[in-house]
Amino acid sequence: MNKRQKKMLLRILTAAVLMIALYFAPVSGGLRFVLYLVPYLVIGYDILIKAGKGIRNRQVFDENFLMAVATIGAMAIAVYEDGDYTEAIAVMLFYQVGELFQSYAVGKSRRNISELMDIRPDYANVEQAGELTQVDPDEVAVGSTIIVQPGEKVPIDGVVIEGSSSLNTSALTGESLPREVKEGDEIVSGCINMTGVLKIRTIKEFGESTVSKILDLVENASSRKSRSEDFIAKFARIYTPAVCCSALALAVLPPVVRMAGLGLSPEWGAWIYRALTFLVISCPCALVISIPLSFFAGIGGASREGILVKGSNYLETLSKTGCVVFDKTGTLTQGVFEVSGIHHNTMEEAKLVEYAALAESASSHPISRSLQRAYGRAIDRSRVSEVQELGGSGILAKVDGHSVAVGNDKLMRRLHIEPVSCHKVGTIIHMAIDGAYAGHIVISDVVKPEAEQAIAALKAAGVEKTVMLTGDIHTVAEQVAASLGIDLVYSELLPGDKVSRVEELLAQKPQRAKLAFVGDGINDAPVLSRADIGIAMGAMGSDAAIEAADVVLMDDNPLKIAKAIRISRKCLRIVYENIAFAIGVKAACLLLGALGIANMWLAIFADVGVMVIAVLNAIRALFVKHL
Amino acid sequence: MKKTYKIDVDCANCANKMEEAARRTQGVKDAVVNFMTLKMIVEFEEGQEPKKVMQEVRRNCKKVEDDCEIFI
Repeated sequence: MNKRQKKMLLRILTAAVLMIALYFAPVSGGLRFVLYLVPYLVIGYDILIKAGKGIRNRQVFDENFLMAVATIGAMAIAVYEDGDYTEAIAVMLFYQVGELFQSYAVGKSRRNISELMDIRPDYANVEQAGELTQVDPDEVAVGSTIIVQPGEKVPIDGVVIEGSSSLNTSALTGESLPREVKEGDEIVSGCINMTGVLKIRTIKEFGESTVSKILDLVENASSRKSRSEDFIAKFARIYTPAVCCSALALAVLPPVVRMAGLGLSPEWGAWIYRALTFLVISCPCALVISIPLSFFAGIGGASREGILVKGSNYLETLSKTGCVVFDKTGTLTQGVFEVSGIHHNTMEEAKLVEYAALAESASSHPISRSLQRAYGRAIDRSRVSEVQELGGSGILAKVDGHSVAVGNDKLMRRLHIEPVSCHKVGTIIHMAIDGAYAGHIVISDVVKPEAEQAIAALKAAGVEKTVMLTGDIHTVAEQVAASLGIDLVYSELLPGDKVSRVEELLAQKPQRAKLAFVGDGINDAPVLSRADIGIAMGAMGSDAAIEAADVVLMDDNPLKIAKAIRISRKCLRIVYENIAFAIGVKAACLLLGALGIANMWLAIFADVGVMVIAVLNAIRALFVKHL
Repeated sequence: MKKTYKIDVDCANCANKMEEAARRTQGVKDAVVNFMTLKMIVEFEEGQEPKKVMQEVRRNCKKVEDDCEIFI
């Protein structure tokens, strides 16, 4: 609790003790009123002052004014009837208790969430004249060398130039498994160095580093307001004046009608009392605080799991996801092509791969690179000569004096060699050596181990349709989709086609269900922004993805997509619960108040009690770990 | 041009009122108050001097909620 809250607590306790003591005190008449005035002023003086200022600034319908009118009215009735002063004091007292609770809860969750996102590095170690000095990370220029000791946070993105260690990335990705780094590896800021000393050459400024971007994103996330928040803000704007006007009507109309129309006694006191209970209920606090608090907690909880949501509005849209479209490469598959089989080979597999890698050594095509990776050793280019690249079909080259042909079946036929077709899916690389068929190598993109589970989890979370977009040939795409359980596949797409396919899907789907597009953030910015909600995954270190997407998954685990949807659903459920609960209870109490069944104590519950319950419920949105 | 300011305010409804007041201030194109992070993001109209406009924003906010502060 801060100083202000402590002072308020003291005032609440003093007023409560005084009020109870006075209840038993044997005084009556004017003296009793004066004595009761003491706890009333102790607890309510600031409200009265604020109400006065509000009137001067023509802010009639502000809470302070309402509370002031309600309590002064109740006091006046008590004086008139020489009755119960405790009600007026209790209204003020509980109102203040509610305010105190709210400010405590909000402060607490603010701190909670900033602790969750405690990845901001305070300093960077720079070596100067053989000694380590701590400097502000902002002052470290690109290309400087920094040192990160065990237990410290990596302050700036960079490349390891000396040392090896394991890094704890859990603050960034929610992943508890440490990541091993060694010389030459890129390293992102925000990770915690666990074991060894690392010397790092920075490749970005602090402001451009991952950690700054993430913090910026999270801190500003709840500024993009959701439709629920806008609704509540608008509701609050009409709710308070409307209740106040009906309070006025309730105080004046029934007595007048009774007097003039029915010839009964007007009973001014009873009707004014009912009107005053209206004023107590008219404060929209519960709604206005609990909705943004729910979103704030939901976004905070999600970021703890490595899911960054850029705004409350996106969390809201995400919860309505009915269709998830994947860009296959990098989301469901690892996006790295690997040799997955070698068939009909006339020589040793390793030898065949060696020839293929050597022949393709000049090419930077992903297929060529995967062959070079499969070969695994440094390539001696002097063994290769007479390289001839035949665009679209393959490569001819001389390796160790043998003529090697590497390519597709078109190339083979051109050389009058009959290729053996393959029953496995993937890209087939045929090889011919010295004019004779030497076998083929199958290269395929590796499906992520969690992909199938991820699709099942999406279905379980209520996503009706899953779609896969890919540039791959039809057979490969169909096979991957079938093995994962994806409903619809569009294959052999050019990058530009993806936008038009997503637009088609957007037009087909029902209005309520939203379409989410999941990409790896590379080359799919237009699609990410075209979809109702763009999800980029594997974003550690990829600025483009962080810029373009609405939801950013820090690691590349596709299971997080379903988790993000579950988090959003939980958060939105809490929001709707709070809206329905708060409006429901208030409406019920207004009705009971108008009928004279509800007294001021019930009105206090409708105001403060509902707020406390709504705030506690809102904080539930923070707990998403086991969702 | 957009700028972010730290604010101090006690209740969520007051934050909404501050947002309204800021939006209505001359020279302000749009304003968002984030109660949870206690920040005000103000987008100024072309050719406006943020410092001057913010003085006005602060005055208007004080009118609707006496107990608020904007750290300019």
